[in-house]
Amino acid sequence: MKKTFEKIYLTLIFIFMYAPIAALIVLSFNASKSRAKWGGFTLEWYANLLSDSEVLDALINTLVIAFIATIFATLIGTVTCIAMMGLKRRSRAIIMGITNIPMINADIVTGISLMLLFRIMNVSTGFLTVVLAHITFNIPFVMLSVMPRMKELNPSVYEAALDLGATPYTAFTKTVLPDLLPAIISGALMAFTMSLDDFIITYFTKGSGFDTLSTLIYNEVKRGIQPEIYALSAIIFTVVLLLLLFINRVPHKLSIPHK
Amino acid sequence: MKRLLSVFLITLGCTAIILSGCGSSSGSAAGKNGKLYVYNWGEYIDPDVITSFEKETGIKVIYDMFESNEIMYAKIAQDDSAYDVICPSDYMIQKLIESGLVQKLDYSKLPNATANIGKDYWTKSQQFDAGNLYSVPYCWGTVGILYNKTMVSDPVDSWNILWNSKYKGEILMQDSVRDAYMVALKKDGYSCNTTDKAQLEQATQDLIAQKPLVQAYVIDQVRDKMIGGEAALGVIYSGEAIYTKRENPDLEYVIPKEGTNIWIDSWVITKDSKNKENALKWINYMCRDDIALKNFDYITYSTPNVKAQAEITDDDIRNSKVAFPDLNSIKTEAYSNLGEAGDRMYNDYWMQVKSAD
Amino acid sequence: MLKSAKTSRLLASPYLAWAFIFILVPLGMILYYGLTDDAGAFTLQNITYIAKPAYFKSLLLALELGVISTVICFLLAYPLGMILAGMKLGRHEFILTLFILPMWMNFLLRTLTWMTLLERKGVLNDILGLLHLPPVYIINTPAAIVIGMVYNFLPFMILPIYNSLSKIDDNVINAARDLGADPLQTFLRVTLPLSVPGIISGITMVFIPALTTFAISAMLGGSKVLLIGNVIEQEFTVAYDWHLGSGMSIILMLFILINMVISSVSDRKEAG
Repeated sequence: MKKTFEKIYLTLIFIFMYAPIAALIVLSFNASKSRAKWGGFTLEWYANLLSDSEVLDALINTLVIAFIATIFATLIGTVTCIAMMGLKRRSRAIIMGITNIPMINADIVTGISLMLLFRIMNVSTGFLTVVLAHITFNIPFVMLSVMPRMKELNPSVYEAALDLGATPYTAFTKTVLPDLLPAIISGALMAFTMSLDDFIITYFTKGSGFDTLSTLIYNEVKRGIQPEIYALSAIIFTVVLLLLLFINRVPHKLSIPHK
Repeated sequence: MKRLLSVFLITLGCTAIILSGCGSSSGSAAGKNGKLYVYNWGEYIDPDVITSFEKETGIKVIYDMFESNEIMYAKIAQDDSAYDVICPSDYMIQKLIESGLVQKLDYSKLPNATANIGKDYWTKSQQFDAGNLYSVPYCWGTVGILYNKTMVSDPVDSWNILWNSKYKGEILMQDSVRDAYMVALKKDGYSCNTTDKAQLEQATQDLIAQKPLVQAYVIDQVRDKMIGGEAALGVIYSGEAIYTKRENPDLEYVIPKEGTNIWIDSWVITKDSKNKENALKWINYMCRDDIALKNFDYITYSTPNVKAQAEITDDDIRNSKVAFPDLNSIKTEAYSNLGEAGDRMYNDYWMQVKSAD
Repeated sequence: MLKSAKTSRLLASPYLAWAFIFILVPLGMILYYGLTDDAGAFTLQNITYIAKPAYFKSLLLALELGVISTVICFLLAYPLGMILAGMKLGRHEFILTLFILPMWMNFLLRTLTWMTLLERKGVLNDILGLLHLPPVYIINTPAAIVIGMVYNFLPFMILPIYNSLSKIDDNVINAARDLGADPLQTFLRVTLPLSVPGIISGITMVFIPALTTFAISAMLGGSKVLLIGNVIEQEFTVAYDWHLGSGMSIILMLFILINMVISSVSDRKEAG
């Protein structure tokens, strides 16, 4: 009895989550431009999408930005975590406090504050400013993933390696880094996801003639949704689904750091 | 964990491949004669015109769209070097000139403009650009009501129909402060440039009373929603009338008897434009009669290019009262720049409308 | 591990510089703009603007919709977290993946799906029509915005609740049962209190984006519903009034601060 109830509940939430996506996928094959009518099966929107340089450019921009921002955020975040171990308790608390700001603050405030900064410093907004903004909001995700692992590390292993004649560099790469790696990767993955998904901060820090997928879709929505966007959703969903089926163990390791 | 690592590396690898593969063909690459940043209204140009301009001049066009004059102004005031050539309306051009955000044009580089744009339009432009120093007309028109004959049974000749509760949920209003207030002020018989508190208060109360009947406040979406039959009545620019009727024969455009706004959208070059020469080439190109005609056929907004007007092959359209209305038979008024205090006042009233239940 | 404090400071300095330039200075700018007028003179006018009925209403509505969405997310996510935590290992990971998968789709695409569904002539009314039921007009109402918020932010509630529930030791539950507690008592006295940290982080992660959103209300509200996020966005992108926009941002930050204090106080209570 309880089992049946649980199954029904899971199914209902499952429908809530996936029915809208299913509807979009169906619409992406609808020959009629109108949402109200089924005009037969077509692959036209997919073909249009592939020849639409605006969408492809936005897709490339999104991936490139997420990629660069993740690399930098991971490097800076990890180095800072390592450095924190040698700092006094108070300095550590201050650094963590600052790090928490972009996590807790509203995206709209973060976005606007960065826009003001770039304006006052007379940096013309564009690719670079978006990357800087993404690195800024990505670093906390890396640090909050690496820091707890860092605290669990046993420093005596590192010291033992030094005593046995290893250089600090070798000692670090052989003892500390392997232990940290899972946390670093999970932080990087989180940062990458956040970058891909971001709309608000990009919206305020992007310049002329430059769009990521999010800002492109927002503009499209204001002008009336074209069926190509449904095709795009279907493709993105399929890619994400395949990727996650492939690594279905991820969510266990990749829990969002608690705010 | 190893699997996770490998997947992550694969993803990064793919990104890198895409990067190197597409990096060179990416949109930011300049043409052989440099770039040009154009900022124009949505759905306001034939895309082929951009391509042909790029082909003929070797200039790479980066084209962005805005939804309203106010959105355009906020962007330009923030950083006017972001765009080279923009296409705002009359009152906003006045504001841009007053704020020193646009530059004087070198007419020796604009032979097509002086030759092809009608004299009347230069005269009209004097109202916001004295001496025609800054702007070259692109399109002009009025604001009116587009309605679906199959969904509206009453005669449509007055703004009052937008307050008829029979059409609850079937009305589309403009989501820009000046156009929304123009509708309410004209309905009450006032000027659309009023700064009289009592008149604006009354217009605000009218707009609040109308809000439950309004399906949505939109701008560019009016066109698609009306074509799709998603609404019965919509406030729209005259240029959309021919296009929408072509797509859906049930649609009809009317200029209400109380009068309406008449506008001109013109090309201007930003003060700190980085590609000034290319911007002049763009304006001159847009004024070429064959290009203006091709563009008109596509966007169907009235062109001030008299040479192109004469070349319109379709008699119905050339003589259309909608595309080229007889201005003596309708009451029209242009917007004027209200100044900072006026803008703030309109904005505060508009917020009251937007936040009403 | 790092013996020398000097090296530590050296290693930490790039981030400190970064955080100073890109986190602290920008916030300082919001404060500066929010507390000055066009002439650069100090004023509280941008803050007190919130007392104007139109602005105050948008704040109240944002708070109201934010609370409603958070409560709905909690009510949906908690049973789900319990069911998942109670499942056999191996299976629940896959099912959890399914429930947070939409999170990896683009935020705007997720919102767009509901636009398509709820529109007057959208998919939902199509289906209702086929079933000979009257159409529902939810689009462009606060209800549509709540649906959009719940759909977008539900995974942010599911994850932390599931995490904290799955960490509860079965022996603790069994001990409570052995001591004579009935299932309800066990739940109220053991399970629920032990999952509070997860609940709090879930609430924060749903409430703050819901309170401050402007994209969801713009897309599903047809510009008819004005939230404080929309007000701020429009001050910057339409009205071009950075001072007022910053003033409203300061108000928003105050609410975020209040939320933080409440959650850290209850967090500490739990820990103590």
